[in-house]
Amino acid sequence: MTNKSEEILVEAKELQKYFPVKSFLGKTKKEVRAVDKISLSIKKGETFGLVGESGCGKSTFGRTLIRMYEPTGGSIFYHGMDITKLKGKELNTYRKKMQIIFQDPYSALDPHHNVREIISEPMALEGKLSSSEMEDRIVSLLKTVGMKPDDMEKYAYEFSGGQRQRIGIARALAVQPEFVLCDEPISALDVSIQAQVVNMLEDLQQELGLTYLFVAHDLSMVRHISDRIGVMYLGKIVEISESDELYDNPLHPYTKALLSAIPIADPKTARLSKRQIIEGDLPSPLNIPTGCRFHTRCPYAKPECSITEPELKEVSKGHFVACHL
Amino acid sequence: MEQSTKLLEVKNLNTTFQIQKNIVKAVRGVDIHVKKGEILAVVGESGSGKSVLMKSIMGILPENAQVTADLIQFEENDLKTFSKEQQRKIRGKEIAMIFQDPMTALNPLKTIGQHLCEVLKRHQGLKKADALKEAVNALSKVGIPSPESRLKQYPHEFSGGMRQRVLIAMALCCHPKLLIADEPTTALDVTIQAQILELLQELQEKEHMSIVLITHDLGVVASLSNRIAVMYGGRVMEEGVTDEIFYHPQHPYTRALLHAIPKPVTGVKERLEPIPGMAPSLLNPFPGCPFADRCNYTTDACREKMPEYHTYSDTQRAMCVFTGEELDKKDGKEKQNDK
Repeated sequence: MTNKSEEILVEAKELQKYFPVKSFLGKTKKEVRAVDKISLSIKKGETFGLVGESGCGKSTFGRTLIRMYEPTGGSIFYHGMDITKLKGKELNTYRKKMQIIFQDPYSALDPHHNVREIISEPMALEGKLSSSEMEDRIVSLLKTVGMKPDDMEKYAYEFSGGQRQRIGIARALAVQPEFVLCDEPISALDVSIQAQVVNMLEDLQQELGLTYLFVAHDLSMVRHISDRIGVMYLGKIVEISESDELYDNPLHPYTKALLSAIPIADPKTARLSKRQIIEGDLPSPLNIPTGCRFHTRCPYAKPECSITEPELKEVSKGHFVACHL
Repeated sequence: MEQSTKLLEVKNLNTTFQIQKNIVKAVRGVDIHVKKGEILAVVGESGSGKSVLMKSIMGILPENAQVTADLIQFEENDLKTFSKEQQRKIRGKEIAMIFQDPMTALNPLKTIGQHLCEVLKRHQGLKKADALKEAVNALSKVGIPSPESRLKQYPHEFSGGMRQRVLIAMALCCHPKLLIADEPTTALDVTIQAQILELLQELQEKEHMSIVLITHDLGVVASLSNRIAVMYGGRVMEEGVTDEIFYHPQHPYTRALLHAIPKPVTGVKERLEPIPGMAPSLLNPFPGCPFADRCNYTTDACREKMPEYHTYSDTQRAMCVFTGEELDKKDGKEKQNDK
């Protein structure tokens, strides 16, 4: 949360990821535009929060950004280097710098491997360390994430959800990344455990100078951890801002609705606040509305909203919004 | 709103599961009651026994479960003495339940109309034509647009939020006196969650029913519930009126739970205070307080036997060897020591 700089670490320019939907005979019928021309940049040392409802493409964006998915169009820059088209060995050097922590700690760890094998795998692939060096590194990694060296011989099923998430984090850190994609890392955990993991992520960022892209749908936790936040809706960014600014002064109707839908853990405030509830469900990404994608659910929609798509414009310093109003 | 009389009262309920040769004690000696016209929230982490408690009352646990209780009273009826058949009549009609996952709670091979008519025919003895009419009513009541055509559709044609509305419609079509909602919004997005919560509140007022809301999310509870029971390790740790729990929590676990969530209102970036350790195993638990392993105030007495409840008001009680005041004093001392 500190050691922020103005240096841009990762940048997406008009990044696209479309998934083809195939018919029974394998002919491409339609495309799901999961990520549709998103441009954003993440500064070194910051935590960028990405929020939105399920199906809005936030995880897909993150995974495309770290080249887990092949982008359909647009480009990705890392430290100013265009890594969109890199392949093989060249790509691997960047893969090491960009790691991911998954949402579900139950399915992210191989049940046939013990903790030693799980954490050593990325290091073995790197092939730089001898086995004794690797051993030391595993011990220190386990310590970093608050686990004991004895845990090395255990298997994933012997751990609780919170501990598995720690193992997942240790694995992500094994190759000393600079950028970590946290893909809903706490959604599957209990409240009391969530706080443990969030605090640990914050500590690690301080110690190792990591940059996070924190993808989540829990808005109160995102505000807590993020420096800047982007709000996604149906494959587009509708608003980007500093996190406090976003919560105190949301501009896009969707952001407003999303924020007012957060349940407030304080009875008196909760009773006083008038909820602005948006009607209806998320439209299918196969069939994206024309114009502004939110106009079908927007309480303030004007005729022009259904015709032209609003651009993302800077309205005040560092605060971007895509809305006609 | 009539809130004085008890609709459901349970005393000393224990539920155990036989798993191979082991016995899991999921619920241990729980006293709980639901008043007429109130929303009671049962809050707890996974494995705290909150769902098992409610399923024990409903009598819908698997066969390896054993439920004992001194009293399970619903209105004038003692459910304990009821036969399976009598229980079945009350279940669904007087007490209805909706589940966490609307994706799996509906039969994919039946239309929504068939789902609703089945309930109406069984409990209300309606003929098909009347049942269909009633089903249309039920769907429009929960805010599903064009209910006539929706009746002919299958569950896969509904979104998550819509499916949860269908489940609520099914639960409400017999006008139950008690609705048990087991994490009704956990599987849904925040915007949809807000819709469903508002719907529940609206229906509760309209139908004058009582709701038991099982959840792990204190935020959901704050605006909706009248009373809260906090469960941990199969026990009710603390219960009280919503404001008492949020503003004057007396139990260390309740306090810790409230500290572990970020405060969205102030936006102050305080560091979260996690609860160390993890939830206890319910397999052969030690006789004392289940929270003893994670509590900051644990003494030997805590582990030896289950602490008694301290009563703080007509509505609030907490199960801890210390009173809230004693805990405050201890906190004060610790702070001085730190200095």
